[in-house]
Amino acid sequence: MRRLLAALALAFWALVGVAPALAVQPGEMLADPALEKRARTISAELRCLVCQNQSIDDSDAPLAGDLRRLVRERLKAHDTDQQVLDYIVARYGEFVLLKPRFEVSTLLLWLTPVLVLLAGLGLIVRAAKPAGPSASEPLTDREKAELNEILAAKDR
Amino acid sequence: MIVELGHFALILALLVAVVQVVVPAFGAHVRDERMMRVAEPAAISQLLLIAIAFFALMHAYVTSDFSVLNVAENSHSTKPLIYKMAGVWGNHEGSMLLWVLILALFGAAVALFGNNLPPTLKARVLSVQASIAVAFLLFSLLTSNPFVRLDPAPPDGNGLNPILQDPALAFHPPFLYTGYVGFSIAFSFAIAALIEGRIDAAWARWVRPWTLAAWMFLTIGISMGSWWAYYELGWGGWWFWDPVENASFMPWLAGTALLHSALVMEKREALKIWTVLLAILTFSLSLMGTFIVRSGVLTSVHSFAVDPARGVFILAILVFFTGGGLALFALRAKDIQPGGLFQPISREGSLVLNNLLLVTAAATVLVGTLYPMALEGLTGEKISVGPPFFNMTFGPLMIPLLIALPFGPLLAWKRGDLLGAMQRLAFAFLAALVTVVTVYAVEHRGPWLAPFGIALGVYVMAGAIIEWANRVKLGSAGRDEIVRRATNLPRSAYGTLFAHFGVGMLMVGIVATSAYREEHILAMKPGDRVMVDGYQVTFTKVERGRGPNYTEDIADFNVKRDGETVATLQPAKRLYDAPPQPTTEAGIHAAWRGDLYVVIGDAQPGGGYAVRAYFNPLVRFIWLGALFMFFGGGISLSDRRLRVGAPARTRAAMPVPAE
Repeated sequence: MRRLLAALALAFWALVGVAPALAVQPGEMLADPALEKRARTISAELRCLVCQNQSIDDSDAPLAGDLRRLVRERLKAHDTDQQVLDYIVARYGEFVLLKPRFEVSTLLLWLTPVLVLLAGLGLIVRAAKPAGPSASEPLTDREKAELNEILAAKDR
Repeated sequence: MIVELGHFALILALLVAVVQVVVPAFGAHVRDERMMRVAEPAAISQLLLIAIAFFALMHAYVTSDFSVLNVAENSHSTKPLIYKMAGVWGNHEGSMLLWVLILALFGAAVALFGNNLPPTLKARVLSVQASIAVAFLLFSLLTSNPFVRLDPAPPDGNGLNPILQDPALAFHPPFLYTGYVGFSIAFSFAIAALIEGRIDAAWARWVRPWTLAAWMFLTIGISMGSWWAYYELGWGGWWFWDPVENASFMPWLAGTALLHSALVMEKREALKIWTVLLAILTFSLSLMGTFIVRSGVLTSVHSFAVDPARGVFILAILVFFTGGGLALFALRAKDIQPGGLFQPISREGSLVLNNLLLVTAAATVLVGTLYPMALEGLTGEKISVGPPFFNMTFGPLMIPLLIALPFGPLLAWKRGDLLGAMQRLAFAFLAALVTVVTVYAVEHRGPWLAPFGIALGVYVMAGAIIEWANRVKLGSAGRDEIVRRATNLPRSAYGTLFAHFGVGMLMVGIVATSAYREEHILAMKPGDRVMVDGYQVTFTKVERGRGPNYTEDIADFNVKRDGETVATLQPAKRLYDAPPQPTTEAGIHAAWRGDLYVVIGDAQPGGGYAVRAYFNPLVRFIWLGALFMFFGGGISLSDRRLRVGAPARTRAAMPVPAE
């Protein structure tokens, strides 16, 4: 199935290249504005499978249109937003989600900002530490003598 | 003949680059002045040779010489002249040629204008710069030769993807490349300094103007790309977190961090080790971007090349320079003497926070862009990482950055006064508060956080002005004194003012247009009208027209406000001749408060046309903000202290007035 999809995507790509999108068609929209708004929000989270990095809300590929209609059908059948997403994922796989779920395989992806931030903070604290005490350490006798000499030379 | 000359020149450039790597580096090692001096004529002749190759290819494009494979594949005889010229870099081979041209341009600029550099450092910088050129010239000649002939020559070419036939898009690659290839200089300086084993404030002073110039071009290049997407792709989006956009955005984030850390190093000799590392990382991200775009690993909206041999080659280049750079860093970093000390609450401290957040943001974008590919390679599992992910992770990192931003310039070096800075920012806090209340009063739609986002932008804008007002003693000194201070203020201070003000504008534009955009999707017949944010938009007619290389359906929309016609919008749907592809042209009526944006789609089953009409409030603040940042960079670059190298060191030693 994935192979087929990939091949379809390539073929589509070769045919139309980068096509401008007009996406959601007037005829597709739901009469109930609240429901339509939910449909749009859900659509923005779903990937157009035959496009590159476009949500079904932005794409005018026929398959994106099919998915948009599917989302609206599920909403009309009183699914919650989560149920609609689950329904689409069950049929098309996790690949369809533009925001991947928080799972073992996406752990590193989701935790990157936190980990980098913590690692950076750790490095900063470590870099700051040795500087702290050494800056306020009392002068050794030799250093004091040197300092006095310099000051004396300056006074002269 | 000219094509063969170009090919030959490119091969010669490679040989010259090899000489430029070896001789000056060896000369610097044995302290032989004559050998070190080879670097300068080598860098200049390398540039001239690559320029010959580049213009030979451009000549083939302009004269539509379809016996050249690259021209036949990417050009067409009926294409307007400017797109024939821009066609040179509108494809993989040609764009790599542009890449090495800009690389050589920066090298030659250092050779010509780097008179105040110590001779060994200059020789080593040019040697490292040439080693990058060797790698990419080899890549060009071995895997991506633009000068391959085609026999027999076809009667006409395949044409350039029509969606790319647009002035902003056609001319944004040179800006982008000048930006991220320009960071190569920072890299070369870092490597040269590590080899020398000496890094000081003077080093930062030499690196900063080059980094600043590269950053400016990258800023304008990215915003041109975004501006193009906004009016050309037809749904008013301006940023898509597309891998190709991310490829140029990562070096921008790291480069922004580098500009700020180099500042600390220049003024206070602190953060030396970090700045060198950041210079290596920034250019590594440029190489990573080149890998993402040019290898075809991620097929995306902008991708042109799909060829694994190329991917492996660029990956090898990436591994060599990043790995080599980091290894050298690991070996030599411990020899670098740590510089000036500072308290956490200080100008330095604020810039460390800036670096931490920008680098985390760059890492987030990097991992998000590469993760799907890596996961699929390792486990076969396919996932997508798209805009909702980036908005959710990148966005929160920008909030503390923007909150902290106005504090930075108000804190003194070494030890700052946080409370004092807050008192000075009182006006900015007030402006933010007024903004929140006003936006809530005017707009009842949108997410509840949006007014705070806009207020954050206003606060940054106000903070930038306060910083300036403080330095000229606005409100406390007499008029003459203020004028005197304003004219004596270093240009770099004005650069900061404009750039930071631009960041605030950008924020206001992004939040306003994302949260309060008004959208209408409907089927319209001639005579139908729709109200869009106070505009009465009437669909009058559709006509068929003919352009130089396309046919189009042009619609006419009459736009009235308060009963008076303010504009006639003519969105169009085009069909290009070669290759036969459709594009949309949006009709846009721009005003300060926002854009009225109308697009026409297909004929509808029930009669009439699909029409999308948007009102995008304050959307121009996005690009205007980027322009301010570019302009700020330019003012700062013209500062005498940056242009004059060594003598300026004495000036830097002069006490800086405490702020």
